[in-house]
This record gives sequence, structure tokens and C-alpha cells, in this order.
Amino acid sequence: MSETTDTTATTATTGTAIAQAALALGDDALVLSHRLGEWAGNAPVLEEEVALANIALDLLGQARVLLSLVGDEDELAYLREERDFRNIQLVEQPNGDFAHTIARQLYFSTYQRLLYGQLATGDGPLSGLAAKAVKEVAYHQDHAEHWTLRLGDGTTESHTRMQRACDALWRYTGELFQPVEGLDVDHDALQTAWLDSITSVLEQATLTVPSGPRTGAWRAGAGRQGLHTEPFGRMLAEMQHLHRSHPGATW
Amino acid sequence: MQDTQAAQDTATAAAQAAYETVFDAAVAADERIEPRDWMPDAYRASLVRQIAQHAHSEIIGMQPEANWITRAPSLRRKAILMAKVQDEAGHGLYLYSAAETLGTSRDELLDKLHAGRQKYSSIFNYPTLTWADVGAIGWLVDGAAITNQVPLCRCSYGPYARAMVRICKEESFHQRQGYEALLALSRGTEAQHAMAQDAVNRWWWPSLMMFGPPDDESAHSAQSMAWKIKRHSNDELRQRFVDIAVPQAEALGLTLPDPDLRWNEERGHYDFGPIDWAEFWDVLKGNGPCNEQRLDRRRQAHEDGAWVREAAAAYADKHTQQHKHGEARA
Repeated sequence: MSETTDTTATTATTGTAIAQAALALGDDALVLSHRLGEWAGNAPVLEEEVALANIALDLLGQARVLLSLVGDEDELAYLREERDFRNIQLVEQPNGDFAHTIARQLYFSTYQRLLYGQLATGDGPLSGLAAKAVKEVAYHQDHAEHWTLRLGDGTTESHTRMQRACDALWRYTGELFQPVEGLDVDHDALQTAWLDSITSVLEQATLTVPSGPRTGAWRAGAGRQGLHTEPFGRMLAEMQHLHRSHPGATW
Repeated sequence: MQDTQAAQDTATAAAQAAYETVFDAAVAADERIEPRDWMPDAYRASLVRQIAQHAHSEIIGMQPEANWITRAPSLRRKAILMAKVQDEAGHGLYLYSAAETLGTSRDELLDKLHAGRQKYSSIFNYPTLTWADVGAIGWLVDGAAITNQVPLCRCSYGPYARAMVRICKEESFHQRQGYEALLALSRGTEAQHAMAQDAVNRWWWPSLMMFGPPDDESAHSAQSMAWKIKRHSNDELRQRFVDIAVPQAEALGLTLPDPDLRWNEERGHYDFGPIDWAEFWDVLKGNGPCNEQRLDRRRQAHEDGAWVREAAAAYADKHTQQHKHGEARA
């Protein structure tokens, strides 16, 4: 009897923990997708209109699968408030110039590729999703790395801008490796691999690896607990206003 | 000496006439003209003008729809809209490539767009004021574009015709999605239905204007049809579009804002009311609601991106040179 109860309880806890993990990763993808969507019509060349929209679409696809594991995707995206979002602060940072967008993408897609790579080899509930996503993410990382090289090792101006962007976003990268409930990965190993990869790309791009703290705006892990930076609320206001103006409507 | 010159001129004129005969015969036989074929200068210029304008329309046309990406009301609609705007950038790329086969370059064409020396479709000078506008654009604007573009798949210039085949497939898909978005609104709440009706009211007439001026005022039509760049006149295509759209509007449960619209048994077509050509010419001249805004935004994106393009070029230069040195050493 007590054994049965224990098993049920464990299953329930595991389910909730997986939901927590799916929510965290889903929110990351949703928010970054939204930010990339803001580039539409504003990219420096037509090829980048296509590339940025393509990455945004992949991320939105990932977000929809992940959020659907937790509940109704639209309720979760449109009816939660700022304090209920579990994304890391890195992905909510405004686009800034093209270098900022590329630095954010480099940091995030390198993390995502390592993370999904690990998840894909396991047999956890997220392994199927990770196996599909890792292919998309490999392209995102490749794209970000190529632009990091071109901007870092391009002109004096592009070098300065790329360095500034890498420095400015560095503080938000510690949060990537805070343990997430339900996410069965080795975060320390992820962090080591991430630092190696980023160091190698930045050095090849003739850039200096930033040396400042990586604690986030509050403290590392704050975004996962619903503590966000100021631009995020404004982003949600724009994203949610139409949906919220028509309660219960279908689109 | 003068005799030699005169003889040369005669020979050149004869060669020219021979080329023209071959060209005319190819067009008459519905053969495709390819980039390396001889073609009349005016044919080349006319195609550059038309393809460039078409490419520019894809690029400027991203703006009214991108205006709603960040506010799309569901994740599914957001994904559809993002994919559509991405496709439009891709269409722009195909079309600039097609234009480049005629001896111009994308940079040159973009400079002309930014300087206001080449046009884009007047429809994109109208604002997207509600979410329903995104559906109305899909249904009406893409619908009008397809009506215009399907015959271009048989255009006499090969690269343009082939670009149109690829573009029309994707456009038809967008149009269906726009229709479906509008249908969801029409069948939704009262507020959603009203939003859909309002959007159709605002986009109907501008969509009819997409076919260009009436046949008797269309400067390029006759020549384009003789060259088989165009296959049908503006008014023919406009009529075809109206005939298709009216039953679609009925199926949507929405009305079209034209009191004169009615079936004409005798003609076998819908009659429709007069188009406000004063508005059309005014928008074309740059006085539409968004002309300035669209062009400013395009110029701004181009200027903001200059340092990125310079960086890519500098990087490519450096690494091509390094590569060459590497090869020399090896």
C-alpha cells in the first residue's frame, strides 16, 4: 500500500518537474523567437531577413512543442504575467544593433546545442524533442559563429561593436548553467563545454573573452524564478495585448 | 574612308535586323528568351523595370505584415505570419537574381528604390491597422497578386517566368492561409467579425487598383503584350479577380464595399463600381498614407546595416587573400 502511494507520488513529482523544465526551455525559445521576429524588415541584407526569420520560426516551433507539454500553448504564452515567465534573462534582452543580436544568439545557441545534444542522447521525456531541435540549433549556432567571425574580424567598427555586444551580454550567461528542476543534465559539464566553445570562437574572431561577472541582473537563476529585467514587461505588453483584448476568442 | 564607315553601318543595321527577326520569331513561337540571347534594348529595359518593381514590392510588402508579427494573437498565427514574411524576402531574392541576368545588380536596384526612382506596388502604402488586415492582405492582396502573376509564369523571358513558377506556389499557400484567418474572424465573436469586415472594406478597392490603370491609360501595356511579357490586359485581370473574389466573400460571410457590384448575366461577369483613380494616381505619386514611412524604414534598415555589409566584405577580402597566400606557399 505504502509502496503504491510512493510510486504515485514520485510519478506526480516527476511529471511536475518535467513540466517545470519544459516551461523553462519553452519560455526561452518563445521569448527569443519574439525578439528575432522584431527584426523582420530591418535586417542589414535580404539574406539575413531570411536567416533571422528562419531561426525565429525554429524557436517558435520548439516553444510550441514544449509549452504544449505543460498546458495550452496560447494560454501559457498570452495569459501569464511577467512574474510567471521562466525564461533566462539573456533571451529577453532587446535586440540592440546587429552585433548584440548575434552575441545573444551565439551565447544562447551554443548553450542550446550542448543542452539538446545531452538531452537527445538520454531517454528522458524531452529526448525526442531534443533530437529534432538539435539539428535546427546546430544551424543557429553555425550562423551565429560565422557572423561573430565576420564582425569580429571585419572592420574596426564592426570589431568594436562586436566586442561591446559580447561584453554587455556576458553577465547574463551564468544563468544558463543554473540547475533547472526536471532537467536531467550535467550543468557543470555543459558550462565547461560552453566556455570552451565560446572562447575558441571569440579568439578566432580576434575578440577578447569578457572577464566580468556572469551573475545576471539580479543573481544567476533569477529569470528561472520569474525575476526579469525591465524591457521584458514591455515586450509582453506588446505580445499579449490583442489576445487579452478578446477574452475567450479563437483565432 | 567614309565609304567604309557607311558599309559598316549598313552591315550593322543588317545584323541588327537579322537579330530582331530571330527574336520576333522566338517570341511568336512562344519560345523563352534567355539571358545570353539577343534582345531589343527596350525589351531589356522594360523587363528590368518590371522585375525590379516586383522585387521591391516583395521587400516593401514585408513591412505592413511585419507590423503584426509581435502582436499576432496566437502562436500558430504568429508562426504562419513569420513564415510568410520570410517567404517574401526569399521572393525578393529570386526576383533580384532574375533582374541581374539582364545586366543590372541588386545594389543598383536597391539604390534606385531608396532614391525613389523605381516604384513598388501602391498597395503597400496602406497601413495595417488591425489584426484582420493581415488576413485581408492574404486573401485580397495576395489573391490579386496571384491573378497577376500566374500568367507571368508563361512570360517570354525565361528567368522571370521560372521565378514566377516558384513564387506563385508559395503565394497560393499564403492566400489560403489569409482566407482561413479571415474565416476564423468572420465566424468568431461579434468584435472579430466586425474587425474582419472593416479590414475588407479598407482593402477591397486598393486591391482592385493593384492591376494598374485602365487599359486606355496604361503606358506600357500594349508593348508588353506584344513582347509576351504580359499576357492579359489590366482590365481583363481585374475582372477575373472580381469574378473569383465575390463568391469567396460570400463564403466568408463578409460583404464587399461596392453598391454597384452585381452579376451581369449577359456578360457572364460581375459588374462593379468605378475605381477612384484620383486616389490611385495620388498614392503612386507618393501621397498615400504610408509612402514616406515605408521608404524611410527601408532606407533606415539599409543605412543601419551598412557597417554589417562592410564588415562582411572586409572579412571576405582578408580571408580570400589569406587563402591565396596559403595556396601560394603550398
